[in-house]
Amino acid sequence: MIDLLYFASVRERIGKATETVETNAETVSDLVKELSEREPRYALAFSDLSSLRVAVDQELLDFDASLEGAREVAFFPPMTGG
Amino acid sequence: MKVRIQKKAFDFGNEANIFATNQANMGAIVTFSGIVRSLADIRLSYMDIEHYPAMTEKTITKIVNEAANRWSLGDILVIHRFGRLAPGDLIMMVATASKHRKEAFEAAEFLMDYLKSRAPFWKKEVTKHSRDWVVSKAADETALKRWR
Repeated sequence: MIDLLYFASVRERIGKATETVETNAETVSDLVKELSEREPRYALAFSDLSSLRVAVDQELLDFDASLEGAREVAFFPPMTGG
Repeated sequence: MKVRIQKKAFDFGNEANIFATNQANMGAIVTFSGIVRSLADIRLSYMDIEHYPAMTEKTITKIVNEAANRWSLGDILVIHRFGRLAPGDLIMMVATASKHRKEAFEAAEFLMDYLKSRAPFWKKEVTKHSRDWVVSKAADETALKRWR
């Protein structure tokens, strides 16, 4: 079981802020593929990975990052802090 | 070293004073504050700032520690707000203290560059007719190269 969190435009596209999924995905990319196959809104949200960022257990990583032991995965657009 | 993530407004003058008062051995203090702009071409009603609570403080603390490792600093303060802000409101501030000004300026710039594109905040600009997420600039990412 992994908790998924969506922020900003990703949250709006998917239509929710959090959900918990049962998955055997080994990497973030595998998880993205699984989600994209679920519903068009996921496919749309994940259509351009270059404009997305991912954090695994609150750490910013690449999409090929492993999900081994991961409890929380967050997807969001590039940050605009400061 | 202090990191504060908060919804409520802060008093820049007061924060700067408190920060400066505790730096008896330091010769230089640099402060920076970001403000919500009233955009010239679209009349901004307000700005909503979303963040990722579990990650925000962790990430900023990491950036602050990195600055403390790179420069010899007496102290660092970072305050960043989230929630609804009006044009003219202060969004955030950083303060750095060091023996000489060069280090304080550099560390403040480093903190700002990383806060801009590594701290998990997202700004949305709302006007009467539009609600748009602020898009990050390629220049924000390029700015980080200076520190690698």
